Amino acid sequence: MGTRGYRYKTSHSLPGPGDGGNTGSWRVQRPVIDLTRCTPAKRGVEACFSCWLYCPDVVVSRTIPPQIDYAYCKGCGICAEECPTKAITMVDESVYHEHPEG
Amino acid sequence: MHIIETGNVAAALGVQLAGVQVVAAYPITPQTPLTEKLSELIEAGEMDARYVPVESEHSALAVCIGASSAGARAFTATSANGLLYMHEQVHWAAGARLPIVMCVANRAVGAPWNIWNDHQDSISQRDTGWIQIYSCDHQQIIDDTLKAFRVAETTSIPVMVCYDGYLLSHTYMPFAVPEQEMVARFLPPFHPSYALDPDAPANLNTVTLPEIRMDVHGEMAHGYMEIRYLLQEDLRNAVQVVEETDAAFQELFGRGGVPLVEPYRCDDAEYVVVAMGSLTYQLWDVIDALRTEGHKVGVLGVRLYRPFPDAAVAAALQGARGVFVMEKALSYGYEGALCSDLKSALYDHLPDKSRAPFVKGLVAGIGGREIKTVDLTDALRSGLAGSIPGPGWIGIRL
Repeated sequence: MGTRGYRYKTSHSLPGPGDGGNTGSWRVQRPVIDLTRCTPAKRGVEACFSCWLYCPDVVVSRTIPPQIDYAYCKGCGICAEECPTKAITMVDESVYHEHPEG
Repeated sequence: MHIIETGNVAAALGVQLAGVQVVAAYPITPQTPLTEKLSELIEAGEMDARYVPVESEHSALAVCIGASSAGARAFTATSANGLLYMHEQVHWAAGARLPIVMCVANRAVGAPWNIWNDHQDSISQRDTGWIQIYSCDHQQIIDDTLKAFRVAETTSIPVMVCYDGYLLSHTYMPFAVPEQEMVARFLPPFHPSYALDPDAPANLNTVTLPEIRMDVHGEMAHGYMEIRYLLQEDLRNAVQVVEETDAAFQELFGRGGVPLVEPYRCDDAEYVVVAMGSLTYQLWDVIDALRTEGHKVGVLGVRLYRPFPDAAVAAALQGARGVFVMEKALSYGYEGALCSDLKSALYDHLPDKSRAPFVKGLVAGIGGREIKTVDLTDALRSGLAGSIPGPGWIGIRL
């Protein structure tokens, strides 16, 4: 009645980055923040953070400026949709594959 | 202490003695008196448990899944279409490896609507990964319910205790009620190997990838396929757990000894009738009658249906020339599921395939059609003479 070398008998996911695997590889579009339009970046104060609030994968930081963890961002685009100043643009991933330096 | 009560009350008393902490059930005929009894016991303070009223069977098992995940001993019960309505959660409970116990008061499924007994409801759940035990009388119902919790908690696999609607659920029979302190020795409080903990949050049975993966500890975690294989492996090993549990029960209470199959006059039998549930004991009378006519016949009751005790079934039938499998259910489009399972067991285990007994599948009692002992005797008498007239549905009038 064992787990055959695994910690748990069943599917068991703990809070923390990357428990679902390298989900950043699922992304076909990448959210890119234009800091000249982003409210906390522009004003230098803790404000807005709609991208942090709405991100379903908790990969946007609550910092000035906000940062996106591309290792786990699946590219759903909710942050771009919710950003009140339209500071976030979804850029096709192929751009980064053709130009690996970004 | 011996009492005279119904099969449903036998089940309820077993649940009470087992120290169940959460009961969630939706009433459905013929299971209703069982849930009513539990509700009364809890309301009267005679059972220290939460009764969670729900709006459906799907929710009933979902509540048990939640309760069991949090480390509580959980119980539900249903019948027929109620069991089918919870089917998704039936699969889930097994995949989540939760030691829930469910009583099924066996009833025919619609359409057409029917409230009487056959086995189509629980047999239709055979591929869900639950352990299935079939009780033949009230004593077995209460004893099997207690054993079910120990088997479930040892294997982390949910268990169904199935007994015939009306024939057992509503009839009165004398049976022994185990003493609480003896039950405590047999079934200690439930200490799960893992339970949800607010201080250490976790997400259980979330999307699990086809491949194994690295978890947040940097350790390899299994994929869906590994988890499912472990269920199958543990189910196969559960045959032994069922035997060990029965042996432990027998040592304390002096009853049991037939955890997998229950043979009756099989030792020198040339022909064996195989059945499940209360029909098994009815067949004892038939076999006694046929024995007085000189036929060497016996009955093999199958007590554990999943995991299928293939080795025990094959061993019991090894010397037979013919086998009649009498079922109250059908895998529509082929034959009775027990008949197929039994043939498969014979094919795997008989050393000499050329001497395998013939296997004849028979259907009886569908939708509560009365199974008359005289009809059974007639059918088997013609079966022994070489042919059973008609399609092999005993008592059918076309």
